[in-house]
Amino acid sequence: MDELPRGKLKIFMGYAAGVGKTYKMLEEAHELQSSGVDIVVGYFEPHGRQDTIAKSEGLETIPRKTVDYRNSDFEEMDTDAILTRRPQVCVVDEFPHTNIPGSARNKRWEDVQALLDASIDVLTTMNIQHLESLNDQVWNISGVRVRETVPDWVVQQADEVVMVDLTPRALLHRLQRGVVYERAKAEQALQKFFRESTLVALRELALRQAAHEVEHRISNVTVQTRKHHKILVLVTADPKTAMAIRRAKRMGDFLGAECFAVTVQPSGDLSGLPQSDREAVDRHLNFARNLHAETRILEGEDVASAVVDFARRNQVTQIFVTRPRRWSSLPALSRDPVQKIIGLAKDMQIVIVSDREPAAR
Amino acid sequence: MTSEIRRKTPEELLRECQAEEVAGKKGHLKIFLGYASGVGKSFRMLDEARRRRERGQDVVVGAMQPRVPPEIEALLPNLEVIPLKRVDNGAAIDVETLIRRHPVVCFIDGLAYNNPPGLRNPTRWQDVQDLLNAGIKVIASINIQYVAELQKDVEAITGKHVTETVPVSFIKSADEIEIVDAPPEEPTERPAEEQTEAQDREQRLSRLRELALVLAADVVDHQLSEYLECHGLKQQFGANERILVCITPRANIQEMMDMGQIIAQRFHGELTVAYVNQPNISPVDQAALDARLAIASAAGVHIEILEGDDPADALLEFARSRGITQLFVGHSQRTGLSRLVGSPIGKLIRDSRGMDVRVFPQ
Repeated sequence: MDELPRGKLKIFMGYAAGVGKTYKMLEEAHELQSSGVDIVVGYFEPHGRQDTIAKSEGLETIPRKTVDYRNSDFEEMDTDAILTRRPQVCVVDEFPHTNIPGSARNKRWEDVQALLDASIDVLTTMNIQHLESLNDQVWNISGVRVRETVPDWVVQQADEVVMVDLTPRALLHRLQRGVVYERAKAEQALQKFFRESTLVALRELALRQAAHEVEHRISNVTVQTRKHHKILVLVTADPKTAMAIRRAKRMGDFLGAECFAVTVQPSGDLSGLPQSDREAVDRHLNFARNLHAETRILEGEDVASAVVDFARRNQVTQIFVTRPRRWSSLPALSRDPVQKIIGLAKDMQIVIVSDREPAAR
Repeated sequence: MTSEIRRKTPEELLRECQAEEVAGKKGHLKIFLGYASGVGKSFRMLDEARRRRERGQDVVVGAMQPRVPPEIEALLPNLEVIPLKRVDNGAAIDVETLIRRHPVVCFIDGLAYNNPPGLRNPTRWQDVQDLLNAGIKVIASINIQYVAELQKDVEAITGKHVTETVPVSFIKSADEIEIVDAPPEEPTERPAEEQTEAQDREQRLSRLRELALVLAADVVDHQLSEYLECHGLKQQFGANERILVCITPRANIQEMMDMGQIIAQRFHGELTVAYVNQPNISPVDQAALDARLAIASAAGVHIEILEGDDPADALLEFARSRGITQLFVGHSQRTGLSRLVGSPIGKLIRDSRGMDVRVFPQ
């Protein structure tokens, strides 16, 4: 059992609902089945789309599991049943889905990890707006704060990422013809993600990400920079810290650089903080860990000097910080750590991460 | 590659919008882009022909690939094909017949062909231009290896030189572009020497695939700017990373350029250098500035010279108009913290919404 190779993951990446990810995935499932592969559908979301539903026919489907939550029934993928059935390949729609509370795992991508661990190959679908590190850019572009996200490392671990493309114009036609959503939902959608400019921008994000995923899989690309760059991101209770972590981690991933998330506390732990700050710092450190950044709590009275000392000792080349709320006109007296870090770390690059708010329309 | 596909200035785009309005409606061009033969461009395209036909549209096929796989063969009986015009030493699409027939949509499988001498145009893409000018909508396919401006990259990857190409400007003129993406087939278990060969092949295909995705992204980026410009909207968000390196006489240009080039390359983004003209600059500073600009210019990076009483305002205004996402600035080591106040950095950090500010040691 422990000698089994890990299953292979293939992600069909799109930029909006209705571009044809699920259809493409099911098409591939049929091809695999006809070449003799033992394949099942673990989860399929029909959305009432006729062409997709037709494509799902002729494939073995594992029935969903009913989960009771607050006296209502919800349906989730039955991961245990799939593990028992043990197919060679499993089709899992909507990779970023969050399971109903009380499920064995919080996220569908975690269910998929369990399938991969059991040596089952998985085909799955997701849209670019669900990639964690792009969350702020997507908010900026679309005005939508996407809650269901997939950490970048999960996508990086996929063996293949395929771009499922359709031009925004063709997509809007499909939407207007009622192919994607029923009428009422379609009109609602047109107000949000389905503005033409939003679609074009999301599509560009998806294409660039797909190009990056291809490059990432060509061996040795990042080797030469890995040695040269190391990133540190300063974690505080400031809510903008999440943006700084995403940005720092994304930069690290693209440069092939290690990324530390570091907070400085006089006591060396979080106990000295007021409860709300403690929770915020703790949440940010957890968030960083979930993105596979290494976290540290440094002991020190002075945030700036502790961060810069740590950075020097660890050969950090770039420090990411959130934008200070105010920029003091007398920096010598400034208690703002960012301003002090810039003054102290004269041998490093300091990146002040911008707020990315939804563009006004 | 980004230098050839540089985004246009807002003024250029506005002129284009206006020019198109004046010229009236020409045919609509849609391009299917693939990275190798066999990824399924032709099938995807001709399947669209079938669907349009079934919806009752008047479609014809104006060109087919010389060899047709069985799944495409199966689509053909239901499509009207206007065969290539044969001449002494080759064949070309029959522009005259197509214009006379004047379908709503004409499908051209394979854009990158040189015509035999003596015909109305030397190349097929120019024939397509004539069809568009005649008001016919054209849907065409092309493989990334035949994009003229990418020849250096393509040759470095494939080791092959192709003579029949299409200029990137024609591809960028498309109203719609769709990429046909599929990972190269994985090398299966083979004897060791064949295995290496198969892996090399997969790697070559992956590099071509990356080129195709980036070209599609650049075309889409161009369309986004055009859309925003034509609708009188400001570029308020960037799907692409755009770096602006702000130069002063004491800037550590080498480090800034190195970082800028690495980030631009890794993110497939764009790099621009700017400096704000200073009226009373000393000869020493002028010489230092010139030396820095020479370095940027030698690296082939576009340099923008800005005017304005307040350097920070001038930089920010320019950055906003170009959808910059990262500003690179230097701060002086000698004068340290106290001088940060008077320098424009504080202001840049304060007012640079939507842009990260990267401060470099000097």
